[in-house]
Amino acid sequence: MAYSLIAVLAFIIIVIFVKGIGALNWDMLLKTPKGGYYYGGEGGVLNAIAGSVYIAFGATIIAVVIGMPAALYINVQLVRYRRTQNTIRYFLDALWGIPSIVYGAFGFALMLFFGMNASLIAGIITVALLVSPIMVRTFDEVLSTIPRGLHEASLALGSTRTETAFRVMFKQAFPGFITAVLLSFGRGIGDAASVLFTAGYTDNVPVNLDEPAATLPLAIFFQLGSPIPEVRQRAFASAVILTIMILAISLGARYLSKRFSRNNLK
Amino acid sequence: MFQSEIPSAAIPNNKLQAGNSTDSFELRIEHLNVHAAEHHILKDICLDIPKNKITVLLGPSGCGKTTLLKCMNKLTDLYKELRIDGHIYIGADDILTTTLHIPAIRQKMGLLSQRPYPLPVSIYKNVAYGLKLKGIRDRKLIDFSVEKHLREVGLWDEVKLRLNSPATSLSIGQQQRLCLARGLAVKPSIILADEPTSALDPISSKIIENLFKEMKKHYTIILVTHVLRQAIRLADHMVFMCDGVIVEQGKPGQLFSNPDSAELKAYLVDGN
Repeated sequence: MAYSLIAVLAFIIIVIFVKGIGALNWDMLLKTPKGGYYYGGEGGVLNAIAGSVYIAFGATIIAVVIGMPAALYINVQLVRYRRTQNTIRYFLDALWGIPSIVYGAFGFALMLFFGMNASLIAGIITVALLVSPIMVRTFDEVLSTIPRGLHEASLALGSTRTETAFRVMFKQAFPGFITAVLLSFGRGIGDAASVLFTAGYTDNVPVNLDEPAATLPLAIFFQLGSPIPEVRQRAFASAVILTIMILAISLGARYLSKRFSRNNLK
Repeated sequence: MFQSEIPSAAIPNNKLQAGNSTDSFELRIEHLNVHAAEHHILKDICLDIPKNKITVLLGPSGCGKTTLLKCMNKLTDLYKELRIDGHIYIGADDILTTTLHIPAIRQKMGLLSQRPYPLPVSIYKNVAYGLKLKGIRDRKLIDFSVEKHLREVGLWDEVKLRLNSPATSLSIGQQQRLCLARGLAVKPSIILADEPTSALDPISSKIIENLFKEMKKHYTIILVTHVLRQAIRLADHMVFMCDGVIVEQGKPGQLFSNPDSAELKAYLVDGN
């Protein structure tokens, strides 16, 4: 079973590589679309790479700022209130399950309410809403496996709950925190529906938060819809770029989490 | 409370309390009742813990020994289902109703649990943790204190060359001694030990037992165990509990040679 899953993953990567490798060149990575790009002309998808990284990065930072203390709060402050913990977890799971297009629609409604245009900031906020439950629940899941004895040992030494949360629980669950960040970033960078209406699309690299931003998933979507074979091949090349980015983040995160868990209670 | 009149945080609590020679009890428990949702765990516990002695709480599993221990440093706060009433006095202060900061109360007691839980940091930082919580930043003082307490538990020579290694790289017996050193570094006057040797091999257990014998000169030790032989070896004062009640207490020799209750008789017969 495990092997067949790996085979499926390998198959996906191979197909994307085979179909996209022909169009992959430095121009794809380093240039924005020039006139006629979508008809097979010159240029690349730097606009979408930059937009995706900006949005995923911004959204992950917001999710960390909200999600990390929230998960610690659930596991340290609410340790006495198991029913409250479980209710919160239930709602977070429900939020995790909501399709991203719903977040997109919500973000769009929010955007209209505040009189904003499709922009980088609107995309970041919408994706942050999408990835925050993932961040909290993933980190929470690891925190909840920490033995009660460690929690008690920290309190018994005279730590306050806040000190216990940040100095002991956070350190012990650090590999889980890295996984949470990675999952959030991966989801953020790869999601198309939530940014469709909120971030918009542009051929330029955004330099301000109120400018629209292109994203890789949408770039793939637009290029794949083209009747021109060269452009469709570029869609696969864009998919290769997206996949490599996610793999690189994943490997980096794995390395970091290993490096920082050497002190941890096993 | 007399402790608060002496400003220095660097003086161990036991030294402070030693000044009060009229009080030979470190801790006094009066009419302590602990209820869980459908279970009366501790029933009207009245107990005086003598100072600078080893008090052993002995009894079968599930008789409430650990709960009693957790009441003493308020770790019962982590369990919403527990309802606690009664009094636990340290000096003149009832810790169950006190307005004192709870971490400050907990720092009067070191806790040693059934298995060691080293903090996810290095050996050095484990011992330094409590000092940093107390706001001590002076590197020399921390170095001195880390060495002193590691020596106190006989661990210094074994770890002095690898203080920055993870605490989890130590053997489980060493980890338990590290946890003891970590607890001693916050200058408690009482050591609460909840079956501290139950996860250890006989040699490590012996080391911990010998440490306790040494340490009782400076600390009051409350040891939970269900190992009869260990209780005999260590106890100055023995408390036998059964089903949430203190059935008998007294000097170990007297208790073991002339048990009054049927429960203790049965326990002694089974234990041997």
